[in-house]
Amino acid sequence: MTPLLSVSQLSVAYGGIQAVRNLSLDVAQGEMVCLIGANGAGKTTTLKALSGLIAAQSGSIQLDGQPLSGLPAHAIARRGMALVPEGRGVFPRMSVAENLMMGAYIRTDRAAIAHDLDQVYSLLPRLTERRAQPAGLLSGGEQQMLALGRAMMARPRLLLLDEPSMGLAPLMVQAVFDIIRRIAASGVAVLLIEQNAHLALKTCARGYVLETGMITLSGNATELAANPAVRHAYLGEA
Amino acid sequence: MLNASLLRSRWFSFGLLALGLALLPFLIDAELGRSWVRLLDLALLYVILALGLNIVVGYAGLLDLGYVAFYALGAYVYAWLASPHFGLHLPFWAILPLGAALAGLFGVLLGAPTLRLRGDYLAIVTLGFGEIIRIFMNNLNAPYNLTNGPQGINLIDPIRLGSTSLSQPLTVFGYTFSGAHLTYYFFLLLVMAVIFISMRLENSRIGRAWVAIREDEIAAAATGINTRNLKLLAFAMGATFGGLAGGLFASFQGFISPESFNLMESIMILCMIVLGGMGHIPGVIFGALLLTLLPEALRYTGDWQRSVFGQIYIDPADLRMLLFGIALVAVMLYRPAGLIPSARRRQEFADAKT
Repeated sequence: MTPLLSVSQLSVAYGGIQAVRNLSLDVAQGEMVCLIGANGAGKTTTLKALSGLIAAQSGSIQLDGQPLSGLPAHAIARRGMALVPEGRGVFPRMSVAENLMMGAYIRTDRAAIAHDLDQVYSLLPRLTERRAQPAGLLSGGEQQMLALGRAMMARPRLLLLDEPSMGLAPLMVQAVFDIIRRIAASGVAVLLIEQNAHLALKTCARGYVLETGMITLSGNATELAANPAVRHAYLGEA
Repeated sequence: MLNASLLRSRWFSFGLLALGLALLPFLIDAELGRSWVRLLDLALLYVILALGLNIVVGYAGLLDLGYVAFYALGAYVYAWLASPHFGLHLPFWAILPLGAALAGLFGVLLGAPTLRLRGDYLAIVTLGFGEIIRIFMNNLNAPYNLTNGPQGINLIDPIRLGSTSLSQPLTVFGYTFSGAHLTYYFFLLLVMAVIFISMRLENSRIGRAWVAIREDEIAAAATGINTRNLKLLAFAMGATFGGLAGGLFASFQGFISPESFNLMESIMILCMIVLGGMGHIPGVIFGALLLTLLPEALRYTGDWQRSVFGQIYIDPADLRMLLFGIALVAVMLYRPAGLIPSARRRQEFADAKT
């Protein structure tokens, strides 16, 4: 069976600086996969290249067997890949409800959109009471939830998450990851990018370790978490 | 019952507004004189310009300091095709859309290379574009005399509806309407059309996409919005309105020269939007009317000085710009979101304070 997302030999450069080199990974239908690595390892660059926000230098990206290379971001979003950008990326002056409706921008099936909106509100009860408030007035965690909800409104097949734990209080991180697990349980594949390797490996089935633009390790999440090199570099053990 | 009375009161206030707008030039003519009716015509032109720039700056959030270039293009297209300069006298209904369309095309031409720019950088490039067009108009009198250079183009045809020219008085049932009055009604009609288009845009899928691009371009692209096309569309729509206003201006004045299309003019139009309330149609209209009429009203400070002090201490022309500057600073200090801001803009400034 072909994987939902299949990336092979992806390279991205900014000017002369090689940010990602010969990266290959894949995500199966409904699978949760994480990409972990330190600051500056090329995680966000990888995600931006996958979602079409920056151009790849070489390599191929396929979603469901269809090549995505060279397509602009909006076209990739229409193919069923939803990105939750780093630092949330909600529309701060739009209300919570307007933000969620923007998520369904590419869709025209009104009845199904209304149904999905109810679903999102039931997944994110904290947003229900705040639906008329501007998104910029929400707490960091609530904004992250809103960004997740907005991505879900596009009915994606694959969700790309860029550092959803960033800048959140530990309790809020738990709440956000609970939601991510529930989204994955509903059948949406997730590619999660995290600095918090412990949490990422605990949440996902498989993982990749990115170091200075190259994948150095990959495999089953529990095995990775047990790997001495990973324990030393990312899990803070001697 | 309640709904019916509400509806009636709505229609009532609408009727009152229509009646007021219809009678306005007569009131002004009687109270302030004919020149103020012409000024009112000019104010309506600026409403069209301001609403056009509002699409680019207010809706899509693209700071355009070269907007006057589209105004100039519309004006020159009109002058070329309806004046003795080339000996062409085409009817206005053919030229106005042509000028507007050409301006729209130039809007795309300006937009395309600047797609990746934002904020200050975009402002600088658009400013340069505005100056390029003005300098072209100033210098294209040789080797081939296209624009007649700094002397400008004269004797431009007035707008003619059937056999009625908007520069001649018209007598209907024994009552005489002056050219300025007729122009007022014609411009008012076009202003209403532009308001209608702006309102429809604001509350459309396109309008929401513009808000999203203004707020966070990356997130907008990630939700499937074609940011490139929508930014180009904003440039094109704004430029089209600018070109339309330019054609009207040329026919209204009968004379155009590059001097009318300098950077100050772009800044004035931007001021109208910012002062009135960016992205909010009533605010933009109010800003345009205020900034066209207020500087003229301040001319009367000369008469006032003479009656109080017996002589003029400060030249009204200087005092006028001084008072105008003070008024702008005061508004920005005390009402930074504009005089009539939209709910969203007010929110933006409330956020900035906390």
